[in-house]
Amino acid sequence: MTGQERGDLGREFMRMLGPAGPELGCDECFDQLDAYVELELTDVKADLAMPAMCAHLMGCSACRDDHDSLLAFVRTDPGKGA
Amino acid sequence: MTELHALLLRAARFEIGRRRSTFPQLGGADLDDLAWQSADDALISVLRRLGDFRGDSRFTTWAAKFATVEAGVKVRKHAWRGREILLPETSWPTVADDAPTPHQLAEARDLLAAVREEIDQQLTTRQRQVFVAITLNNVPIDVLAERLNTTRGALYKTLHDARRRLRAALADRGMDTMGRVP
Repeated sequence: MTGQERGDLGREFMRMLGPAGPELGCDECFDQLDAYVELELTDVKADLAMPAMCAHLMGCSACRDDHDSLLAFVRTDPGKGA
Repeated sequence: MTELHALLLRAARFEIGRRRSTFPQLGGADLDDLAWQSADDALISVLRRLGDFRGDSRFTTWAAKFATVEAGVKVRKHAWRGREILLPETSWPTVADDAPTPHQLAEARDLLAAVREEIDQQLTTRQRQVFVAITLNNVPIDVLAERLNTTRGALYKTLHDARRRLRAALADRGMDTMGRVP
């Protein structure tokens, strides 16, 4: 079995059973989302700097969607306006 | 204030634009209305929570998240409007059928069968409803929270507790829940 095949199956069960380690709740995730996204835009490893946040994003598809949206927006609209 | 609202409207339109292809049933006028509503609601939230801004990010990033999240929630709720959520019904994943090797297929089927058994044996009725709806039937957590008259955070806590019970039960069976071959 290749690493890719293991990874695909692992992701399916991760989606169902969630991360094993400590993770934030949805409210804490929202509070820290902007800081996490900006870390990702730097050379800092955001998943290592904020592991509980990273775990929650793996376990909560709605917060992951919110994260992906903010990251994509900041990349295309870097601070113009306010 | 005008510039802040303009930022929030850009963020809301961006988010709704990203999701447009996912929800083809939403028309253009509906989508722009949703963007304006999202920006207006986000502005109220930003002003109410200004004291929470600690400078951990740029202000524009902090403010924009209110609009992207608000827009995402509105689109998901709009897309699920009128759709019934049958909590006892379960759509089981086809991961076993997708497994590329016979060994992996057998392993995945064993694990799925164990998950089904442990859902019945380990979870409370509420945990079972929430787990099945979110992880198996792909009901958005904020849509489910609205239907169950609770909050997203409270539902995720229920889901987290359910997952922890299932992981522990599967570990007691000696099963690797990451889908790896021992």
